[in-house]
Amino acid sequence: MVLRMSVPLTLLGLLEREPSHGYDLKRDYDTYFGRGKSLPFGQVYSTLARLARDGKVVMDEVAAGAGPDRKRYVITDAGATEVNTWLTEPVPAEPHLQSVLFAKVVLALMLDRPAEEYLDTQRRAHLARMRELTEIKRTGGLVDGLLADHGLFHLEADLRWIDTTAARLDALREQVRS
Amino acid sequence: MTAMLRAAGVSLSFGDTPALRGADVAVDEGEIVAVMGPSGSGKSTLLHCLAGILVPDSGEIHVDGHRIDTLGEAARSALRRERFGFVFQFGQLVPELTAAENIALPLLLSGVRRAPALSRAEGWLSRLGLDGLGGRRSGELSGGQAQRVALARALAGSPRVVFADEPTGSLDSLAGEQVMDLLVGAAREQGTTVVVVTHDARVAAYADREIMVRDGRVTTPVGTS
Repeated sequence: MVLRMSVPLTLLGLLEREPSHGYDLKRDYDTYFGRGKSLPFGQVYSTLARLARDGKVVMDEVAAGAGPDRKRYVITDAGATEVNTWLTEPVPAEPHLQSVLFAKVVLALMLDRPAEEYLDTQRRAHLARMRELTEIKRTGGLVDGLLADHGLFHLEADLRWIDTTAARLDALREQVRS
Repeated sequence: MTAMLRAAGVSLSFGDTPALRGADVAVDEGEIVAVMGPSGSGKSTLLHCLAGILVPDSGEIHVDGHRIDTLGEAARSALRRERFGFVFQFGQLVPELTAAENIALPLLLSGVRRAPALSRAEGWLSRLGLDGLGGRRSGELSGGQAQRVALARALAGSPRVVFADEPTGSLDSLAGEQVMDLLVGAAREQGTTVVVVTHDARVAAYADREIMVRDGRVTTPVGTS
């Protein structure tokens, strides 16, 4: 599941693709990012309310939907800027980031953004952190070195995922845009 | 600053298969650079072009401000012998020679007499934690020891540049880290430029920066730093 902190940005990204009803947003979120743990409707609407309060989305004309959900949400320029910033900037290189990276890659492909460049940027950020930890290993004591090793192994796992994903971007693009 | 190594628009094909497609790279003197990329991306070919082993079909290779891709094989061979050191994945030690003789080999080929060459080799053995192993042949060394001998051989002639192609690829993680630690430590002491091709991020993390090669093109900023 996408980390809680990225749910608003993920919903914003889905809205950049097209204006949507809350129900549709929940369905798409659960399909691509839920992984067995769906996003509660309450969280969808409370998140959308906060995004509206902050000027990131506005409510469209009331449209006749298939169900009781008649509000359609539209991303604003401020919201689109926030999505762009989020996609473009690397996540701080820490272990266990796969779910955030996954959300970014899928949204970038949905929005026809340069997902490969984002992965390259993230790879550079990871390698820069690995260089720092390696220097600690080279110059520090055994305890520092072993702690650095722990971080290095986790960052390496992220990097392997980045490389594997980069190699499969075309197939993933086809899947998320079909 | 003039780059120690520079490739400009380098392309090279093997038959109908392009390996490099307009690769641009610059490496500063004393810089340690990791060349990364998927299998078959052209990273080893790029290293071989920078080292004057392969001649590109088009583009230019400069070493310390001098163009080398227009040199003949004999001149490039002399350049490699006198100014470069090499470490490969499988040490490629001469099996008939002892560890000390392997280390001394590039010195002997450069005209250094046998006694001083072996003396310098012994110094490198000690420096790389191989005391007492100078008389062993490669078959009597562990993989990590053999690779450290290969490292000493690459560094013994005080080269301006060391080219290393997957230098830890045949080693376990601990032995690989020892080799990289020694390579980086010695290179920094001597101000040696190092270009290391690796698919291993933990090896690349010993470098000052990484260069990504994908489909024969360098996809990271050209440098120099």
